[in-house]
Amino acid sequence: MSNPTPLLSVRNLKTYFDLDEGQVKAVDGVSFDVQPGQVVGIVGESGCGKSVTIKSVLRIIQPPGRLVEGEILFNPDNGGGQGPIDLAKFDPNSKQMRAIRGKDIALIPQEPMAAFSPVHTIGNQIMEAILLHQPVTKKEARQITIERLREVGVPSPQDRIDAYSWELSGGLRQRAMIAMALACNPKLLIADEPTTAIDVTTQAQILNLLRNLQQQHNTAIIFITHDLGVIAQIADYVVVMYLGRVMETGPVDDIFHAPQHPYTRALLESIPTIQSAPREPLPTIAGSIPHPFNRPPGCPFFPRCPDFIPDTCNAQTPTLQPINQRQSASCFLYHDEAEEN
Amino acid sequence: MTTQTNLLDVKNLKKYYPIKKGFIKKVVGHVRAVDDVSFFIKEGETLGLVGESGCGKTTTARCILRAQKPTGGQILYRTGAGPVVDLAQLPDADIRPLRREMQMVFQDPFASLNPRMNLLDLIGEPLLVNGVRSRKERTERVAELLQLVGLRPEYMQRFPHAFSGGQRQRVVIARALALNPRLVVADEPVSALDVSVQAQVLNLLLELQQRLKLTYLFVAHDLSVVKHITDRVAVMYVGKIAEIAPTQELFYQPKHPYTAALLSAVPVADPRRRTLQMPLQGDVPSPANPPSGCYFHPRCAHAIDRCRTEPPALTEIEPGRFVSCHRARELDLIGVEDISVSPVPTHPIGG
Amino acid sequence: MTTQPSAKSIPPLTERDDDQHAVGGGLSGFDASAEAIYVAPNWKLVWWRFRKHRLAVFSGVVTLIIVTIALVPGFFSTQPPEQIDSLRTFIPPQRIHFFGPDGFGPYVYDITGQRNPTTLMMEWVPDESKPIPLGFFVRGYDYEILGLIPTNIHLIGVSDPAIISPVHFLGTDRLGRDQWSRLMYGTQVSLSIGLVAVILSIFLGVLLGGISGYFGGWIDMIIQRLIELLQSLPPIPIWMALTAAMPRDWTVEQVYFAITIILSLIGWTTMGREVRGRFLALREEDFVTAAELIGCSKPRIIFRHMVPTFMSHIIAASTLAIPVMIINETFLSFLGLGLRPPAISWGVLLQEAQNLQSVATAPWLLLPGLAVVITVLALNILGDGLRDAADPYS
Repeated sequence: MSNPTPLLSVRNLKTYFDLDEGQVKAVDGVSFDVQPGQVVGIVGESGCGKSVTIKSVLRIIQPPGRLVEGEILFNPDNGGGQGPIDLAKFDPNSKQMRAIRGKDIALIPQEPMAAFSPVHTIGNQIMEAILLHQPVTKKEARQITIERLREVGVPSPQDRIDAYSWELSGGLRQRAMIAMALACNPKLLIADEPTTAIDVTTQAQILNLLRNLQQQHNTAIIFITHDLGVIAQIADYVVVMYLGRVMETGPVDDIFHAPQHPYTRALLESIPTIQSAPREPLPTIAGSIPHPFNRPPGCPFFPRCPDFIPDTCNAQTPTLQPINQRQSASCFLYHDEAEEN
Repeated sequence: MTTQTNLLDVKNLKKYYPIKKGFIKKVVGHVRAVDDVSFFIKEGETLGLVGESGCGKTTTARCILRAQKPTGGQILYRTGAGPVVDLAQLPDADIRPLRREMQMVFQDPFASLNPRMNLLDLIGEPLLVNGVRSRKERTERVAELLQLVGLRPEYMQRFPHAFSGGQRQRVVIARALALNPRLVVADEPVSALDVSVQAQVLNLLLELQQRLKLTYLFVAHDLSVVKHITDRVAVMYVGKIAEIAPTQELFYQPKHPYTAALLSAVPVADPRRRTLQMPLQGDVPSPANPPSGCYFHPRCAHAIDRCRTEPPALTEIEPGRFVSCHRARELDLIGVEDISVSPVPTHPIGG
Repeated sequence: MTTQPSAKSIPPLTERDDDQHAVGGGLSGFDASAEAIYVAPNWKLVWWRFRKHRLAVFSGVVTLIIVTIALVPGFFSTQPPEQIDSLRTFIPPQRIHFFGPDGFGPYVYDITGQRNPTTLMMEWVPDESKPIPLGFFVRGYDYEILGLIPTNIHLIGVSDPAIISPVHFLGTDRLGRDQWSRLMYGTQVSLSIGLVAVILSIFLGVLLGGISGYFGGWIDMIIQRLIELLQSLPPIPIWMALTAAMPRDWTVEQVYFAITIILSLIGWTTMGREVRGRFLALREEDFVTAAELIGCSKPRIIFRHMVPTFMSHIIAASTLAIPVMIINETFLSFLGLGLRPPAISWGVLLQEAQNLQSVATAPWLLLPGLAVVITVLALNILGDGLRDAADPYS
């Protein structure tokens, strides 16, 4: 919030799914900023809406889901030129949106096996992305592709460019996926749990690679994960989500060392860490995450909250407000700004 | 806290899967999923079995429970009645009476409960097939078990779809405990659960162990969880044991380079300790086509010529510490930083 | 900075799940209370889900009506189906009027035939001076319900026993037999052939597919090769060969059973593959391994855990298989290879419409085809609905 022109500014985003059984408010009023060159980690458990949030930003929400309201202000040329554009106003299939997807904003999906087509070589698929967005010849595109593959640490890229995705190991496939995402020098890279399907040693390689690439190209990254360890290792700024709402945001150091929202605190206390005392009972969060059809009224976390204020938390929904110079939280312990209804 | 008797003594366990090719399904090779694995579990302790996917940890666990028949080796189990039997050799008919002593908790609580049975039938089934014919008796025992795992007895008529992942895992645990087992094999019991409910299940497992004097074989890939719950840890790599040691020692002073690499790869939930600077190169080799010598040598920073040709044997280099590395005695490897030595203040800014 | 919250400790060990908030994982949105859903067994969940599929429910009702007709065709018909009247051939369907001069009361006009002097064909015209009142639950010819209970009550018919002139809702054929009544009896034969053939195929399919999938190895190998062989045979020539091999002097009943057996011998292969696939997949399921580990016997694992899991799929699949069998029977009988007169099935009825001339002069002879279409559509939509509802846990 210090930088006046964030690269991406999501404001009060709401994405609902109209199912036969009723409406699921998968994302219900989410706001956050991404500064140029910043790694923003969105962390949350199942059903928190982190994946739907980034799908909304990319405008790839499939029916029955729909973006109900909110602004997605994207500012690719850093304040200069035409100023921020609101992606929420575009038609999901419009020419403008397609020009942004893959070029200015690229996605690293969760499952690289599913993301590559098995009948085309990985090189052809990466080249296709380049040719689509850049005025280069096929030969140049191939050269760029080899360069990108080398950059992400694929050994002998001039040979691997003609490999099919199923010929590569899990780690190499993930690297090829990153090369594809980086093909057009995006301003913003969105990584949707890119390391959940892979092992710790490979995960460490990929996280390291992303960090290095981010520093070289000054690409901003939105990193989605449920793993607090991964967030601590890679993020600069953290957005903590729970049941479709942002609970707390702040710089990574504050989130981990001075968490303010009761949910963030309880979550951090309840995870066993490699340094925690062995065989001691861990503090737990009572109950389980409600099903999206049964969202509690008021603050979504109140039924499990140790600091629950009767007649307040269950009656009104707190909004996300700055609570000190660095952090914001949606919690009535810190402010009494409630959502209007 | 542990007695010295071994409940389970696994010796040179092997499980190979044939690779078949062509129309007549000729065997052209073997996937050595578990290749010469030896370890023991003392009565009342928790042994962690860790490693990356495909390292054979789950196959090892399933061989011990005889969900799969091992290709070779011995699984010496001291039965409740006293005599020691070799589970690897026993015919299926003789395994069945022993099943009540060894139970399993599965990874995915959505897949391991039959959705068409209610809790009474699910938790009561082990009792029923082991001779408890009276429905009243079963109902009472199920109520008792539900209470034991922190669920209400009134839930008995409900079906699994009424429960969240954490609650279902409690049901799975109740079912595993129905026959008063001595050994519980837990195969990644919390990795399918949400972070905020993992702690509940881990606490429950710890509490039950103390109350019921259970012995656990805890299979997991999450080292933080393993550190939290185990007494000793066995690290596996491509079907072989790399290292076995008491948990604290293994985490603070690893003796095998793979253990050290694995530990350094764990993302620590502390932004002030960005540890992922020196990750391992390359990928885990396939157990169908492992490298020569020590399987870890192509990725090992400390490999010497001997490692490329000669497979290391699992040796006890200190009392209780088993390592299969030629250089185990000479290497000085870095483990997890002990924060009791160099504490990081936890609330320097916020408070 | 605002107030620091009280450093309240987080609830300790073995916190009991509070059921108010921990509303379950998998299912929701049924029109039933939460507790009812929680304790609902599988068939209830399937029914709740099926109920929401309006078209499938409608098809289910249509199917029920057709099944009722098949059970008691005599009740729905107006005349004995074999009754020949050489004076009343090729009568077109008679229009039913619902409102007469004295309010509601269905009636038809009597018809009189005149021979066209040029074409020498009989032409039937309604005689508006002679209304024939119709009634419900009237007495008519004698028949037996399910071959057991003799009765003469019919759903609809001429209400005044004094009037001897019969009514023909769907006209008559070349021998003056009442098409409507024949269609009712044909329903019984065609539907039961489909049903029996499917039941036989399921039996064979579940048995052989189950053996194949559960035991594997060389048994699996042999059964799979057998299925491949049977599926590679072109069905039409096989049917033709098999029916041609049936002795000409077989009775109607014998032919009927032979046809069902021939249909199911070819038809079980798809079911067998389906069942085998399910067995193979289920064998690897955690809950099957779990059952094995608590000491369940093999029969218990198969019949308590595995079979119920795919039973709903089998029911859905067989609902979809019945129309195929019905079409096959119709097709065989139409070609004269299946049932032969005096048996009555939809295929036999359609045989009457085999030549162009009869279609041109008496197009109503094609109406049994409409019955085939309605039945096949209803069963297909019903089967689709059942298949969608069969797995409520997805």
